Amino acid sequence: MSKILYNNSLTETVYEIAVEGSFEGGMGQFYMVRAWDEYPVLSRPLSIHDLEDDRIVFLYRICGEGTRILSKKKPGDEISIDGPYGNGFPMETGRIALVGGGLGTAPLRLAAKTIRELSPEKLDIYLGYSDEDINSDRFSAYADSMQIDIGGFVTEGIDPSWYDVIFACGPEPMMEALAKKTRPYDVKVFVSMEKRMACGIGACLVCTCKTKNGNKKTCKDGPVFAGEDVFFDEL
Amino acid sequence: MSCSQVDFGNITFKNPVVMASGTFGFGKEYGECYDVSKLGGISTKGITMEQRDGNKGIRVWETPSGIMNSVGLENPGVEGFLADEASYLEKLDTRILVNVSGSKIEDYVESVRRIEDTPFEIIELNISCPNVKSGGMAFGTNADSAYGIVKEIRKHTAKMLMVKLSPNVGDIAEIASACVEAGADAISLINTIQAMAVDVKKRKIIFDNTYAGLSGPAIRPIALRMVHQVARAVDVPIMGMGGIVTGEDAISFIMAGASCVQVGTANFMDLRAGTRIIEEIETFMEREKIKSLSEITGIL
Repeated sequence: MSKILYNNSLTETVYEIAVEGSFEGGMGQFYMVRAWDEYPVLSRPLSIHDLEDDRIVFLYRICGEGTRILSKKKPGDEISIDGPYGNGFPMETGRIALVGGGLGTAPLRLAAKTIRELSPEKLDIYLGYSDEDINSDRFSAYADSMQIDIGGFVTEGIDPSWYDVIFACGPEPMMEALAKKTRPYDVKVFVSMEKRMACGIGACLVCTCKTKNGNKKTCKDGPVFAGEDVFFDEL
Repeated sequence: MSCSQVDFGNITFKNPVVMASGTFGFGKEYGECYDVSKLGGISTKGITMEQRDGNKGIRVWETPSGIMNSVGLENPGVEGFLADEASYLEKLDTRILVNVSGSKIEDYVESVRRIEDTPFEIIELNISCPNVKSGGMAFGTNADSAYGIVKEIRKHTAKMLMVKLSPNVGDIAEIASACVEAGADAISLINTIQAMAVDVKKRKIIFDNTYAGLSGPAIRPIALRMVHQVARAVDVPIMGMGGIVTGEDAISFIMAGASCVQVGTANFMDLRAGTRIIEEIETFMEREKIKSLSEITGIL
């Protein structure tokens, strides 16, 4: 069990929670978080939003019973977090873009911080929100340039020829549009998939993601996959 | 600490706690988290003759005190199992139950024949999977078809043959009796209960396959009742399962007639549920001055 440092609302339904302790993890990996006993049955997979020597930070939206219970937790309360799990974003250099949609911005903050430390030639950040800006201020320190889109299609403002690598997380249609848009260019696109999970470690197969190389486990083989492997046109 | 070793027919389990098929993969992933050799046993992910991709669409959905799943027997097939998974399981110091499923009797038979040369001692015959359109549960929902498939498979294996029953039936004791009459050495029950969920905003059924299997604490009282009914109807060892989360849950199944128990959904609530439940059983035995679980097996 780990102690909550803060659990702040960023909007009416989006929260940022920090948990005390020394945790491991890379950009795009996740933890299984549990703030209750028997019900809800499943723990919630939350990607690492930020990591410091003395804490780990997650971003979540209240969308069911589990996240509602989590949102009621106060500083000093203890919750269970298990991880890190999954394969995150690969270490890449060059000209890099991060593309986040809504809560899909969650894993990109640690990505931005990590990539900045690697000193890329260029780091541009594109954030799209359906109705309000959740957290773009968390990214500004890391970006060479930022583009924020509210209510539109964040992918429309991206010129793939400017980049060597793009990391994306958000709604599947957003990531699919990005993967297809970048296909004619020499740019590597990695997407972080969100699927309902149960075990979180690759045993139960409820989070299967179809790829051109067959079924993959989102929790263990992913959640980050090459965009071209996931969003391919089926024959 | 008390000893919770149990005799299950002519096979001894170091403790009565077995991980249920479909929740534990082939043991590797959990083996990276804790010493799975401490478990009484592991029932493998259901194996079919051919490799299967499983069902499309949403595969898991939460309900009050339970979950519904529609994985649909995604598995590497019997050859893939033997090539890629069996060697890891062989090295573990725990009982391995190979869970075999299929759509046709011939496929079940062929899978069982290929497993016959492995050192695994128990076949768990799954005639109760609710998540495949043909076969699966259909074999387990009436006494005649259950008798027929068990009788046929009995001819092809000398291993302990344990039949996993479906709760989606009228008289489970009758089906258990038919399986034993056909040559089953043991019975495990219950598989998941066929269920359904609806997204009312989208006016759509959640699962592509319409129905899915409900498991977890929500089904525990039903499972307990069925274990009790079957224990009074047959004279072979029973492995009980359905929503077991604590040591006392496990003890209740043992008192109802199970010699061993399986733990499934609880693995998703607590990664180390298996070893925790073993400790809780042994603590209970010590507190209640129970020297052997056989003292309380089927006392109700």
